[in-house]
Amino acid sequence: MRAAVIVFPGSNCDRDAAVALTKIVGRAPAMIWHRDTELPKLDLIVVPGGFSYGDYLRSGAMAARSPVMREVIKRAEAGVAVLGICNGFQILTEAGLLPGALMRNAALKFICRPVHLRVETTATAFTRRYKKGQVVTFPIAHGEGNYFAAPEVMKRLEGEDRVAFRYTSPDGRIDPAHNPNGSLGAIAGILNERRNVLGLMPHPERASDPLLGFGGTGAAMFEGLIEAVAA
Amino acid sequence: MTLDLAAVAADHGLNDTEYQRVLQILGREPNVVEIGVFAAMWSEHCSYKSSKVWLKTLPTTGPQVVCGPGENAGVVDIGDGQVCVFKMESHNHPSYIEPYQGAATGVGGILRDVFTMGARPIANLNALRFGSPKHPKTRHFVSGVVAGIGGYGNCMGVPTVGGECTFHPAYDGNILVNAMTVGLAKRDGLFFSAAKGVGNPVVYVGSKTGRDGIHGATMSSASFDADSEAKRPTVQVGDPFTEKLLLEACLELMATGAIIAIQDMGAAGLTSSSFEMASKGGLGIALELDKVPMRETGMTAYDLMLSESQERMLMVLNPGQEERARAIFEKWELDFAVIGRTTDTGRMVATMNGKVELDLPIDPLAEAAPQYNRPWTPTPKRPTIAPGDVTVPNDPIAVLRTLLGTADLASKRWIWEQYDSSVMADTVVGPGGDAAVVRVHGTKKGLALSSDCTPRYCYADPVEGGKQAVAEAWRNLTAVGAKPLAITDNLNFGSPENPEIMGQFAGCIQGIGAASRALDFPVVSGNVSFYNQTEGRAILPTPTIGSVGVVADVARIASIGFKAEGEAIVLIGDGPGHLGSSLYLREIEGREDGAPPPVDLAVEHTNGDFVRAEIASGAVTSCHDVSDGGLLVAIADMAMASRLGATLDVPAGAPPIHAWLFGEDQGRYVVAVRDAEALVARARRAGVKAAVIGRTGGRELTIGGFRSISVEELRSIHEGWLPAYMAGP
Repeated sequence: MRAAVIVFPGSNCDRDAAVALTKIVGRAPAMIWHRDTELPKLDLIVVPGGFSYGDYLRSGAMAARSPVMREVIKRAEAGVAVLGICNGFQILTEAGLLPGALMRNAALKFICRPVHLRVETTATAFTRRYKKGQVVTFPIAHGEGNYFAAPEVMKRLEGEDRVAFRYTSPDGRIDPAHNPNGSLGAIAGILNERRNVLGLMPHPERASDPLLGFGGTGAAMFEGLIEAVAA
Repeated sequence: MTLDLAAVAADHGLNDTEYQRVLQILGREPNVVEIGVFAAMWSEHCSYKSSKVWLKTLPTTGPQVVCGPGENAGVVDIGDGQVCVFKMESHNHPSYIEPYQGAATGVGGILRDVFTMGARPIANLNALRFGSPKHPKTRHFVSGVVAGIGGYGNCMGVPTVGGECTFHPAYDGNILVNAMTVGLAKRDGLFFSAAKGVGNPVVYVGSKTGRDGIHGATMSSASFDADSEAKRPTVQVGDPFTEKLLLEACLELMATGAIIAIQDMGAAGLTSSSFEMASKGGLGIALELDKVPMRETGMTAYDLMLSESQERMLMVLNPGQEERARAIFEKWELDFAVIGRTTDTGRMVATMNGKVELDLPIDPLAEAAPQYNRPWTPTPKRPTIAPGDVTVPNDPIAVLRTLLGTADLASKRWIWEQYDSSVMADTVVGPGGDAAVVRVHGTKKGLALSSDCTPRYCYADPVEGGKQAVAEAWRNLTAVGAKPLAITDNLNFGSPENPEIMGQFAGCIQGIGAASRALDFPVVSGNVSFYNQTEGRAILPTPTIGSVGVVADVARIASIGFKAEGEAIVLIGDGPGHLGSSLYLREIEGREDGAPPPVDLAVEHTNGDFVRAEIASGAVTSCHDVSDGGLLVAIADMAMASRLGATLDVPAGAPPIHAWLFGEDQGRYVVAVRDAEALVARARRAGVKAAVIGRTGGRELTIGGFRSISVEELRSIHEGWLPAYMAGP
């Protein structure tokens, strides 16, 4: 699998994504500086977490208008897998690749903790290695992860099986006490219509190494992508 | 209008003797810019004039030490050609005035100290002391400081992995914010501040200079220029985004070999950084201040020399490397300007639009910096309190409930969940344990990190308190299985001009020195913050110890949670059940008296070495040191971390129940093991006291002969206090 990680000024999970990819894919991803306007041939583009442009203006807003994003949008439209993690998810919504918006956490504070996520669909390369209804643990670390979308958008997301992950209790129940940021429908991650773009607030790349205490369940996301490319 | 320069000097905090020394050095009257520079360089903060005689007594060497105090941060060897660069620094006064920005720029400053040396920051810790929870401003401080630390560290992408936070009315008027950064570098890839070579470019990079942080609080403009715009003394404003770019740009440039010397612009900004580089290199510097990138028009030489605008660095480059360096900084969209050259004059000469604004000899200014051996009176010893002098509680479980719900012992999850602790994907043990453990990227090695101090002990007996802070740091690193390497001391005290406070300082230093020597745990960096007092009321003496240890394999560490049912709980170490200056005495009896627990450094060493070896062999996987609140709190911590219960049996010959359960005797650990007999036998052979005191199992904590309590209930008390407090009125 040929993978790339986009690097914006202020990205800070670019290395984490590259480390996870290198370990799982077996070769290092291309690191693409935000001013680059040409991309190599790719199977996966990761838009990593961090504070692109310092989150100034609105998180993800400036990065979404960076030169490289025009190319990312083109590739997404051509079917290349695009994974936006945390700030990357915010950038993808700002760029229009995914619907809805990430607002400030309901408690108005930055939150870093492991969360339990229920896999809602396996009908995409990102989650094909999970089981539907499986509960995985990834860490979150964000101040603005409160997913919101208009009722008609929500209806489509649900109706088209485009909710990839929801925040749940350890045994997979939807419960306000286990929704860390107030997201509508407890949504943690969503897909585009074509199912080749996934945005999620939790960090699968930080949960890929079992030594780090999250059970290593993040690795399956990258393994699924490799499998899909090989297929 | 003629200026009364002596009065200007006094306004800047230079006393008569110091001003006379200025006149002597210059052989003429200084101008206002020069007074500002002298005052900054000779300030307590930059010159350590009251503390230096004492700091010199601390042990700073050892085979592991690559670089001790005197550079931006301390450096220790961690094997395989790698070094750990670390330091802790206070940002107390600014954080009191403006909690968010004060704390944020504290983090920014200490991060720069570490990456200036060529290290990539890999972890942050912080030690916070707030006033009484009942004080009307405490909530405001907690929420602002925590948001500021998170705001800066999170954006930088450096995990905040540990720290401490306690409350006491002595901090009502002076909160403490001590921030520590730990970085990783190659041993042969370190950068230092000494300038070299004549005629080399002096380069300014980072943010533009504004008027923020100019030490102007005591200076009304009328003192020297009635017509000039009022100075705007403010707390510096941090921009972590710019600092993240500065970090990446500096590391990128460092890899090219273009840099001869580099120094961050921290306190006293361009003044201290330029003097430091010139003085260490035995050179002079000619600065053209008009070349400094400025945030606003109309800035003066005074403003430029003394601004404390954040996210700036000063470098001396190898000749001919300017364009290569400029390209890197332009890529990262940062300011880059050649603002001077090194000279062989031994003088700092700064011009502005061709006019000389400052012309000072560098060495005399540095060498003649005042040093005071301030008078001090030793803190009187307090009587030891015997268990028999303290009421025995009927219900130890009720005491435990009370203790776990106090401000000092309650969980600080509300705080550390606002910090990104898992970014960089190397955090093996995050906040909430004895020591954090961060993997050395790309290896299986780990660094264990801790921050420790028990101010109430230091107040009761500075020497024992100083020893205890170091011993507890050493113990916390040991409790995860790490080999302790070195410490950074962040010394927070009241006014050194008060002999009693100076006595506290002297005592703490003596204690720190003694423990540091006995435990082979040298002091490699540090910071002194005096004048933490309001209306004559000083803080408790608070020498925070930041510590670093190394583990060979992060897969073989111990953590505090119990691991399995039916394991034996063994107490390593013993003692008479010392209740003086304990939390039990303060929270249950309402007394803050008595001598603190003494620290036997030889026993500390023996016990720690034994525990570390047991962890390394795999015999021990759950381990916790016994500290605040004593044995029962330690066991409750282990139960709460695992949601696994325990039953304790009071051994024959134990001290009275309250002394046994809540005494704060030092040098002790609680471990859980499968084979207790073998462990106890090994302990006996090693000359270590070890006693089986119970077993793990169930969902309750039970003390033989008393009632039980569910671990869930303990958790809800322990986790409940801080969120409820912060949500309060």
